Amino acid sequence: MMDRTLMGGRRSFARRAVGAQSAMWRLDGVMLVAVAALCVIGTLLVWSSTRTWAPGSTGLVKKHVLNLAIGTLLCAAVTVIDHRAMRAYAPLAFLLSLVGLGLVITPLGATINGSHSWILLGGGFAVQPSEFAKLGLLLIIAMLLAQPGEGSDRPRGLDVWLALFAALLTMGLVMLQPDLGTTLVLAVITAAGLVIAGVRKRWIILLALIAGVGVFCVFAFGMLEPYQVARFTAFLDPRVDPRGVGYNSTQSLIAIGSGQLFGKGLFDGGQTTGRFVPEQHTDFIFTVAGEEFGFLGSLTVVLLLGVVLVRGLRIARLCEDRFGTLVAGTIVCWLAFQTFVNIGMTIGIMPITGLPLPFVSYGGTATFANLISIGLLQSIRIREQSFN
Amino acid sequence: MIRMRTRLVVLQVIVMGVLAVLSLRLWQVQVVRGQELVTRATETRTRSVIVPAVRGQILDSSGRPLVRNQTSLVVSVDRTGLIRMPEQGVPVLRKLSEVLGQPVKQLQKRITPCGPGVTKPCWTGSPYQPIPVEERADTRQALQILERQEEFPGISAEIQSVRQYPGGKAGAQMLGYLQPVTEAELAKREGLKAAFSGVDLVGRDGLEYIYDDELRGKAGLRRVQVDRMGKAIGVEEQVAPVSGDNLVTSIDARVQDLAEQALQHAMKNAPKADGAAAVVLEPGTGRVIALASMPGYDPAVWAGGISDRGYQRLLSDATGKPLVSRALNGMFAPGSTFKVSSVTSMLRAGYPLNGTYDCPGAVMVGDRAFHNFHGIGLGSMNLHTALVKSCDTIFYRAGYDQWLKDGGLNPKKAPKEVFANTAKAFGFGKPTGIDLPGESSGRIPDRTWKKNMWAQTSGTSCRRAKTGYPEVADKSRAEFLKRLANENCLEGFLLRAGDSANFSIGQGDVLVTPLQLARAYAALVSDGKLRSPRIGWATVRPDGALVRRIDVPVVGKLPLSKKERLYIKDALSDVPSDGTAAGAFSGFPMNKVRIGGKTGTAEVWGKEDTSWFASFAPAEAPHFVVVVMVSQGGMGASTAAPAAREIYEGIFGFAKNKPALPAGRPVSKLPKISADGTVAGDRTTDGAVADGPGTSGPETGDEGKSGPATGDEGRSGAEKRGAEKRGARSGDAGTGGTVAGRTGEGGTSKGTKKEGGTEAGG
Repeated sequence: MMDRTLMGGRRSFARRAVGAQSAMWRLDGVMLVAVAALCVIGTLLVWSSTRTWAPGSTGLVKKHVLNLAIGTLLCAAVTVIDHRAMRAYAPLAFLLSLVGLGLVITPLGATINGSHSWILLGGGFAVQPSEFAKLGLLLIIAMLLAQPGEGSDRPRGLDVWLALFAALLTMGLVMLQPDLGTTLVLAVITAAGLVIAGVRKRWIILLALIAGVGVFCVFAFGMLEPYQVARFTAFLDPRVDPRGVGYNSTQSLIAIGSGQLFGKGLFDGGQTTGRFVPEQHTDFIFTVAGEEFGFLGSLTVVLLLGVVLVRGLRIARLCEDRFGTLVAGTIVCWLAFQTFVNIGMTIGIMPITGLPLPFVSYGGTATFANLISIGLLQSIRIREQSFN
Repeated sequence: MIRMRTRLVVLQVIVMGVLAVLSLRLWQVQVVRGQELVTRATETRTRSVIVPAVRGQILDSSGRPLVRNQTSLVVSVDRTGLIRMPEQGVPVLRKLSEVLGQPVKQLQKRITPCGPGVTKPCWTGSPYQPIPVEERADTRQALQILERQEEFPGISAEIQSVRQYPGGKAGAQMLGYLQPVTEAELAKREGLKAAFSGVDLVGRDGLEYIYDDELRGKAGLRRVQVDRMGKAIGVEEQVAPVSGDNLVTSIDARVQDLAEQALQHAMKNAPKADGAAAVVLEPGTGRVIALASMPGYDPAVWAGGISDRGYQRLLSDATGKPLVSRALNGMFAPGSTFKVSSVTSMLRAGYPLNGTYDCPGAVMVGDRAFHNFHGIGLGSMNLHTALVKSCDTIFYRAGYDQWLKDGGLNPKKAPKEVFANTAKAFGFGKPTGIDLPGESSGRIPDRTWKKNMWAQTSGTSCRRAKTGYPEVADKSRAEFLKRLANENCLEGFLLRAGDSANFSIGQGDVLVTPLQLARAYAALVSDGKLRSPRIGWATVRPDGALVRRIDVPVVGKLPLSKKERLYIKDALSDVPSDGTAAGAFSGFPMNKVRIGGKTGTAEVWGKEDTSWFASFAPAEAPHFVVVVMVSQGGMGASTAAPAAREIYEGIFGFAKNKPALPAGRPVSKLPKISADGTVAGDRTTDGAVADGPGTSGPETGDEGKSGPATGDEGRSGAEKRGAEKRGARSGDAGTGGTVAGRTGEGGTSKGTKKEGGTEAGG
């Protein structure tokens, strides 16, 4: 250990000189290509779905490209930062995300599309702190659970309690907005952290039971908004009210199905042009892919996302320190959950929840958060060797 | 770290599983169910607007419209749907009032069903059908409603083509009418079927019915792409409607008018007359130049749907059942006009053409005396004079002789039945096959018919023979009827001597339609060929291109040599100058146009005589055959012949008017119709195609009453059968009633001195 440190210390100058280059070599290029492809496809889909109504027909797509550019810069910046250094900043990131969520509840918060989750920045820009909260919670949980107990490879009990506390705090603030989809993502992040960190199975089962009871209570004591219950009922049987809550799922299924094998071609989707599916540039953007690119195109999107997830898991596996593995693993679970729920709701196998499709949907904060997470993965990738 | 790695592997499996689930589900949705969802996508994304085709016009032989179009856009409200909406659909009505420029209050009133305390403007029809609130919407209003259906639930706008009749009542029964198509009829049609809305029309009678396929054209389709708000964002598919073809008929509108007027005058002059018909044919070709029937009605009553009351009125006795064309469905004994057939029968039975025949005042037929008109004997004469003077006894004797030859009351195995068979060869007893629906057959009472008739009526007759007629007040009449019933019960299956005598002069059970008589005369005075008359001459595309000529089929040949034909024609040519019609034609310029013809006066029990005149002109080379029949019109010479004279005067311009046909003959060339729909040449049409919003009466709730069965009460079995055979027509009860009146008591007129079948001088 000492030797290495000394060697490192001795070669620190040289390392800095060639480090950038050698780090470049270690970047996960496959994942970056997949993410880039998803972003390009997403841009086309946003364009197709907004060109009939957006200001100047390219107004939103321009904004989307700008978001992507900012997101790419953030991604690059995060990549450069050593993730182990980030471990030190995790509490700060978490606190900042809590502050963001808190601000939403204050008069600074704004309601867009029925959910009170925004802070207006002026100039037509707005941020959604709950997207950053995903990162904040993820980092703090990874930090807490990365430290194994004495003579064990499981996290310490106190750390687990702290992690759960942080999760409940964040989820509570998000529920106040209310944003069920993000709450679920946060729950998934927490669960993923606990599972990957090696928490005992009986703990996990206990927690799952508690979560189950919690969900039951939420339903039973009417803590959900009526529209959320309705969405769920409509998911179970879209024919209940095809003009009302079942409308979204019916229409998105029609749009995707009518794309058939090869799709109708970019800009040629009649359902898209007619805006039969609501929110089709954000939450329902996958319907545009389904209609205009057909089965082959939408399968490509699924596979590209799959590539990102699988490469992410590879990074988690290869990483030699617990923190990196935890961060990478939870990021993959988060993105996988969002992918599954988002695509699933458009093809009728999941209830409708307001979650964007990673890298594809329009939406600044979500794009930033997603690309930052890619930056985190890359950062872990290029520094996977443990120097502990 | 090992534990973490293991759990990561588990995670990897889960992620792969999730991806597999998504991929499989995508395959199922996009590839397996793709086609189904494409259909559903098309349904949600598009609005199909049927663009009705313009129905073809019906033109006369010079291209003058007999029926033309006016289209109007009708906006209707589905009230039942509306009242289920929030606030009972008031917000929708508010939007509609902006589009139509009518106050909401007024719209509400118009869709409220009439009732106690609810006064006009209220809705008189069924509350379950769309209620028209605007009959003259413009295209912009209609499109606003059609293309934004989401904003106008329950509101529809449809183009209705309203038929317009420049000739008013003229030829109403012949032209026919349109009624809403039934779903069954629509299912049979090819092409666009989405059109069923209850306002698609189909020809229900007359030429509109027969030539429906050609006149109707093909509806077009405009599929508009809409967004989820129902706003039109483009036209996805457009199939232009194909206008229906115009039907050029051989009818001459002016001759038609003349015929209608002549009938009107004739009915005015014969106060008891209850119906009349006139047929004008071109003998060489078999084309119909005019076909008139009285009483008439204004076919405009059908436009925009007829009310139930209006329809019942058309069927009622009070109006004389104007839907029934007497020319096709009026079955009457032809009287002396039938003698052309009887003369032919004599020739075929071997009587010499140039022989001399005795015309006594009466002849004995069996044990009864059959009298000439007024019982006057006219001495010896040839057949020529027999026709001119309308001697009955010569024909009685011949008919009776042939009956005896066939075995009389004990018929031979294969009786020749010369008289009946000749009449059939003249086309009597079966429909002429004219291009109009529901034509009657008439009746030739041969031995077979008697048997069949008896099979059906013997039951009633035998019962009546026992019970008598207690409901008849007149005792002697009741006694007579009972005797008759007994006679019919016992031997009603036999063709009796009196039947054969009556038959020979077109009396008794013989029934012909005016059209049958006209085409028999047309064959007689032209080439001897029996034709199936045609009104349709050609179908022509709207741009004037000929689609097809309608041929007149030859369906038979008169059993006469050319010499015999000319002999009979020559005899008939003397009737209006020297014979029974001389009075009616006194003063007629016979030196310019010689008229040939035959009068007929047929007795109807309990009613006035049926007045007939069958004629042709010019006698030397006829261009016209005119047959006039006036039911209860009295003598042929006093009612029908003057009406025919009036028609001839009109055609040739002998009255004060200009000649209807200056050439003195029917139009022989199809009119040339130019691309804009007007008729080429110097003749100005009475009006080109009228387009644009037109008047259409509010649609009433009684569509579908296209063919309600009329009461069958009072009809004899035979008549009922006839009615069923005629099938398509429902409104023939009028003449049916007349016929039934006679056939029901058919026996009464024959063989008794009191009711004897003598013919009043023809």
